[in-house]
Amino acid sequence: MKNRIDGAFKKEKKLLSIYFSAGHPNLNDTSYIIKKLELSKVDMIEIGLPFSDPIADGPTIQKSSSKALKNGMSTEILFKQIENIRKEIKIPLIVMGYLNPIMQYGIKKFCKKCEIVGIDGLIIPDLPVDVYNDEYKFLFEKHGLYNMFLITPQTSPERIRFIDKVSKGFIYMVSSASVTGAKSDFNKKQIDYFSRIKSMKLKTPVIVGFGISNFKTFKTATKYTNGAIIGSAFINYIEKNGIQKINNFIKDILNE
Amino acid sequence: MNYNIDKKGYYGNFGGAFIPEMLYPNVTELKKNYLKIISEKDFQKEFNDLLEKYVGRPTPLYFAKRLSKKYNAKIYLKREDLCHTGAHKINNTIGQILLAKKLGKNRIIAETGAGQHGVATATVCALMGIECIVYMGELDIKRQAPNVARMKMLGAKVIAAKSGSKTLKDATNEAIRDWINNPVDTHYIIGSVVGPHPYPDMVARFQSVISEEIKTQLKETEGRDYPDYLIACVGGGSNAAGLYYHYLNDFRVRIIAVEAAGKGIDSGESAATSALGKEGIIHGSKTLLMQTIDGQITEPYSISAGLDYPGVGPLHAHLYRSKRAEFISIPDQEAMDWGLTLSQMEGIIPAIETAHAFAILESKQFKPNDILIFNCSGRGDKDLETFINYFKL
Ligand SMILES: Cc1ncc(COP(=O)(O)O)c(C=O)c1O
Repeated sequence: MKNRIDGAFKKEKKLLSIYFSAGHPNLNDTSYIIKKLELSKVDMIEIGLPFSDPIADGPTIQKSSSKALKNGMSTEILFKQIENIRKEIKIPLIVMGYLNPIMQYGIKKFCKKCEIVGIDGLIIPDLPVDVYNDEYKFLFEKHGLYNMFLITPQTSPERIRFIDKVSKGFIYMVSSASVTGAKSDFNKKQIDYFSRIKSMKLKTPVIVGFGISNFKTFKTATKYTNGAIIGSAFINYIEKNGIQKINNFIKDILNE
Repeated sequence: MNYNIDKKGYYGNFGGAFIPEMLYPNVTELKKNYLKIISEKDFQKEFNDLLEKYVGRPTPLYFAKRLSKKYNAKIYLKREDLCHTGAHKINNTIGQILLAKKLGKNRIIAETGAGQHGVATATVCALMGIECIVYMGELDIKRQAPNVARMKMLGAKVIAAKSGSKTLKDATNEAIRDWINNPVDTHYIIGSVVGPHPYPDMVARFQSVISEEIKTQLKETEGRDYPDYLIACVGGGSNAAGLYYHYLNDFRVRIIAVEAAGKGIDSGESAATSALGKEGIIHGSKTLLMQTIDGQITEPYSISAGLDYPGVGPLHAHLYRSKRAEFISIPDQEAMDWGLTLSQMEGIIPAIETAHAFAILESKQFKPNDILIFNCSGRGDKDLETFINYFKL
């Protein structure tokens, strides 16, 4: 079967992907949020599998993860929630989580389960490319899963070429040397970095994340990329406004 | 079985560098350079000079007469508590600050539990005139107040880690996030043999001066350069790694590692990683760690801030799994009692961390001619308030 992630990049428009922590604000909000996001014309969803010690995340996602865990979120529950909603959802669903909970679930069992419930890919920030290639790639491919890698302003051109070569789906371009978190604008250094990556003409689509928060940052960042991911700003929004008004947030981003 | 690190940065099954891509350049820079830099002549000279004239090395290998008599064995104490700043931690920070300078870094970050590593880092930063930021759990800031004041006097900025159990694990998370945010100018001085490769090996090498000195010192007093037992407390495992280092592959020497049982292994409030941990990833290293069946890291507990960590360095995970070392865990109460015992039998007030190691004398049997070396990893000044409250002094 073809991976839905590839389909998402076939469209003309810039791709908008939303990240949220599964089980937050409430344990059983996951399906509702996913449905609302698709209805609001979001192109892809990254569902955060919460972890107690998310070292690559800033305060917003730390808080939403720890709240989700307090709500009783677990790997098994997440799979059930996704399995129940998948039939109604056409866009790609990606799970973003740290390696330890995945290891404890059992990597074989985890990949198999992802395929069964209809997950298209994974982003595992603390799984290094070389370990993935040596130990995990075979399993991921067997179960039709894409694993997406990150690049940052410090990633060397040679390493970017290497990551491009081994990547499927997309490359996750981290917008600055930083943990996750919403920012209101980009500086010149970031823009230079975006255009440097654009001029490399990578074979894999690139989407930018970390610090995208509004229409302006979305518009600017996607001039240089195939799309953008919004996490912390979305989580802040649903904390403040609840999950019923998700479509307003998305409308503002797309300036519709 | 060999207990040195392998080419890929593993001890047996444990170790590696499970880091987000954001840290890849920093960690790779270290990995490529650390062995080369620390073997250079001028580095060695500066390191050894500072250890001698600034830290006060070699530290004595002291024969504890009264303890030996009472417990019917030859008991020696390696007096790391006499190091400048009061613990073994400074052996590592001297090494890492010199390395950071060679790498052209001008900002230092560190995590600390008991505050000993924070003080040792603040000290070497003052010595070199380099900016220093120390992350410390909010709970530890309260229970190790004297060390917080010392760090401030030394010019360091102490930032409270407010997530999780507000102890060492959380301070380490914050330090890692700081490093992600400041990848170019900053060196992260990790305080134990934990974290991604090459940290465990690098810190062990800097601490290995402990067992290097023992070889000559023991030869002088006992006519042989190896003991029968080496005993140390294990938080992350750096004082233990330094004590064991030159004996890891010498199987005449038995190794004992002492962890904090907290309120008891089955109490739910413990830091005995070997007994309670399973294989997993913490702070960039594959090792044993305390976690739920779902892979969430468990909040540890120990009365001693320096042992209050849910993981253990990958070397120690390997020593445990391969049965090279015997792991024993000691509850709060026994450790506290040993704080008093060592004070009143040998005139040495130990850190609570250190006191855990001595407590094995109550249950473990030795032969009269057995030579035991305890690593007296630190002094108890920082713990006076805890002792005062505990014993109503
Ligand atoms: C005196 C002393 N001993 C032991 C430790 C535990 O650390 P490690 O296991 O790395 O030696 C600490 C940590 O703060 C300490 O201060």
